[in-house]
Amino acid sequence: MNKLFESELKVINIGLKSFKETLDEQKVQSVQVDWKPPLISDPSMFDVIRKNSDKIETANKEAVKRILNSKPFLTGMGKAIDVIPGMKKNLLLHAGPPVAWDKMCGPMRGAVIGALIYEGFVKTFEEAEKAAASGEIEFSPCHEHATVGPMAGIVSPSMPVFILENEEFGNKAFCTMNEGLGKVLRYGAYDESVIERLRWMENILYPSLKKAIEKIGKIDLKNTIAQALHMGDEVHNRNRAATSLLYRTLAPEIVNQNEKENAISVLNFINSNDHFFLNLSMGVSKVSLDAARNIENSSIVVVMARNGTEFGIQLSCTGDEWFTGVSPVPEALYFTGYTKDDANPDIGDSSITETNGLGGFAIAASPAIVQFVGGSTNDAVNYTLKMYEITVAENNIYKIPYLNFRGTPTGIDVIKVIEKNILPFIDTGVAHKKAGIGQIGAGVLEAPVDPFIKAFIGFANQLKNS
Amino acid sequence: MIVTGILKRGEYFDSVSLMLIAKKISELEIVLDSAAVMGTPENKSMLQTSGLLTDELQNAGDMDLMIAYKCNSQNDSDLITQKINEFLKKSGDTNTSSGSQNPSSLESAIKILPDANLAMISVAGKYAGDEAMKALQNGLNVMLFSDNVSIEKEIELKIFAKEKGLFVMGPDCGTAIINGVPLAFANVVNRGNIGIVAASGTGLQEVSCLISNSGCGISQAIGTGGRDVKKEVGGIMFLEGIKALAEDKNTEVILLVSKPPADEVITKIVELINEIEKPVVGVFLNASVELLKDSKINTAKTLEEGALLAIAYSQKKNSKEVSKRINVREIELDKIAENESAKLNTEQKYLRALFSGGTFCDETQMFFQKMPEEVFSNTPVGTVKKLKDVWKSEKHTIIDLGDDEFTVGKPHPMIDYSTRNKRILAEANDLETAIILLDIVLGYGSNMDPLAEILPVLKEVKKITSRQKRYLPIVCSVTGTEKDPQNRTTVAAALEADGVLVLESNAAASNLAKFLIEKKR
Repeated sequence: MNKLFESELKVINIGLKSFKETLDEQKVQSVQVDWKPPLISDPSMFDVIRKNSDKIETANKEAVKRILNSKPFLTGMGKAIDVIPGMKKNLLLHAGPPVAWDKMCGPMRGAVIGALIYEGFVKTFEEAEKAAASGEIEFSPCHEHATVGPMAGIVSPSMPVFILENEEFGNKAFCTMNEGLGKVLRYGAYDESVIERLRWMENILYPSLKKAIEKIGKIDLKNTIAQALHMGDEVHNRNRAATSLLYRTLAPEIVNQNEKENAISVLNFINSNDHFFLNLSMGVSKVSLDAARNIENSSIVVVMARNGTEFGIQLSCTGDEWFTGVSPVPEALYFTGYTKDDANPDIGDSSITETNGLGGFAIAASPAIVQFVGGSTNDAVNYTLKMYEITVAENNIYKIPYLNFRGTPTGIDVIKVIEKNILPFIDTGVAHKKAGIGQIGAGVLEAPVDPFIKAFIGFANQLKNS
Repeated sequence: MIVTGILKRGEYFDSVSLMLIAKKISELEIVLDSAAVMGTPENKSMLQTSGLLTDELQNAGDMDLMIAYKCNSQNDSDLITQKINEFLKKSGDTNTSSGSQNPSSLESAIKILPDANLAMISVAGKYAGDEAMKALQNGLNVMLFSDNVSIEKEIELKIFAKEKGLFVMGPDCGTAIINGVPLAFANVVNRGNIGIVAASGTGLQEVSCLISNSGCGISQAIGTGGRDVKKEVGGIMFLEGIKALAEDKNTEVILLVSKPPADEVITKIVELINEIEKPVVGVFLNASVELLKDSKINTAKTLEEGALLAIAYSQKKNSKEVSKRINVREIELDKIAENESAKLNTEQKYLRALFSGGTFCDETQMFFQKMPEEVFSNTPVGTVKKLKDVWKSEKHTIIDLGDDEFTVGKPHPMIDYSTRNKRILAEANDLETAIILLDIVLGYGSNMDPLAEILPVLKEVKKITSRQKRYLPIVCSVTGTEKDPQNRTTVAAALEADGVLVLESNAAASNLAKFLIEKKR
């Protein structure tokens, strides 16, 4: 029999707020739900989900367990051609979902041109454009080669890359070294200074770091990120603490293993670039999320990535299929002299950090950059709190001091995104839409709706057919 | 006249914000008619009917906000559009400042309030059913305020709830009083030993107020939604409600309120009641008494009679006192009718009843069955005929302004008096109108300042009738209690001071109206 009459009335109010106000007046305990209609308005789409809810839950638990149990270490360095699976001489990797040369945005085209010049395939801009359009040069998403790249994310065969290994599951991931700010390849710059820096990175920075890492053996990057979150980083838009921690780890062996002059230039280079760690936080996220791929019936998002034209996502259970939509322009604070009109649509693989419960999802840990998210720490906290609605777990290692060391929201579930009409929140750098100008601001964006709707439908169809 | 449509793509507003916006727009003097609704196919067809569906709005989707209005000139239109944009902006601001801390889903809300035992759901109908099911699966009782929930969904929810020993009040359940707490549209009543199960919202409000105003009180008042007692649903929650009250130790008398249930449901109710020791009173408005004849249910014709019978039983008194009391009152009403009708001129012949409470519309029609003149309603019952044009009264006309055709993009008439106010003026201008019958329903959910809405219109009516050199009686029942935020005494006194004949119940008001018409004949 119903116990309602014998209990104190406690109410959850979904809908009209005035009902909640009435309850408040009467001192009845109640919680207001800020309800929004689901992103898919045909309720029958949810039937197949409901029918399979136990299977999905089990699969998602497994997926998230794998993400959380991943043990990413920095174990070494190598040349892309030697270490990245599927890499070949005429192949360039790029950020985001697949994109052909004629659809590439300005910064990505610039970076392709720069990479072709750097590789020595061509000498001039014109030759590079011709080669890129000819079909001689192949393009492929970084993500399809266990690799991630910020902004344009171009990785060419001769580029040195970090090697990350997931000790728990044995998989690897790769990422380039961060070039710093200003005129850099990842923002589409390709002039002499850019190529020269890339050469210096290949000839001086790479061997110095490689030797140092070899001597150290392996570096626990998960631990580094956990500490950095306690020091005000969210390791997407702010990497100052993580870079400093890495610097402390590397510095003695950089000095020990290299000539003094090289050691000084290498240390100065890392020290002058607050984002040096960004590529590694992306690599950590990639190597952790790849462990959660290909779990049958799992609706967990394992990739969110943008190529500056499109925003694409992948789910655990749908293999290498991309679900894409138009990439939005971020709401941003712009550096003096630039406006939203100058901004390129969102670009880069760096949203892999959000997919892994970092970046925008951990923004509550990063009060120093709240001006990017609306100005108050409260806004930042609310963004993080909201992301718990669309994730299935709280991180066991990445914790947020301000939220009483609550684990960051981890493991985006596409079903929750659709049902609750809450989109993942990403904080990001903004590129100029013209090649080579570089970063013009930093800001935030909600992931676009379309990729999630397509992924949800793809997921539901897969369930129907299974 | 110009019709302007504003389409806001992908802008979702919750229904309260929409209602507030709609109200603000309609309050602009230069606006002749207006609506603010989401772009569902149903809403589009409703806009079409009111001539508000512009070309631009044809393309609206479910997630798009449609605002449409009529006005006299392009200048006005520009001004109105500007105002609307201000309203929308303000509405957005409050949402972001106050809303962000709230959870976004039932499951998150349960984490915050783990021992919650009731979910109140008032989101759009096509989503409400799923939310209700989630609540039931989590062991919560449900009050489903939303309408437009499919009957299949309703049956699914109620069967599931019954198995789990939970209530589903609704869909389209506007009111309930649980453990002394008035929910949604409900009045602040005394607690006591009378338990109510009602498939009629206004009916529940009326009987609970009458009981409370007499000094007695309510143990529990369970709303089931009007469709529960139809054949398809089979009275699942009505019966569960009765069982729960039968077992409830604080309930000594059970009062049932409904429009006529399906025959098979009545049979089930009768069977159940015959096994219950507690006295049971039933008000089944306009029901044929055949099926109830041999049952233990003490039937009452009107809501008021039902309340009085329940009071009598709760005080261990005899039901004869109730009929005596009603008879005495009839004599009083007859006298008033005599006085009032003497003041009317020969042209004044017809009743115009304008209700915000749907059940009152049914109850008054019961008094106006088998009249020599034709009687019309937008929701006709028995011998009453369907109005050809709901916006235009004919002969005796009894209208429920809470019915869908009047509420497109507007709040319910218990909140927003504007549609009824316009109609009151139209009836006052009609020389054949002999009496205007109104209801005012107080309590939570209703308009917090009804006098500010109604008094200016009554003044206007007086101006009209004095120009016409005639007298027009206005009769009104006020459903509410002393403890309601609006305070019944204050409201009734102000109305009386303005010359309104205020009665204690809609039954009394209807009775007076009937007598008056008869005297006039």
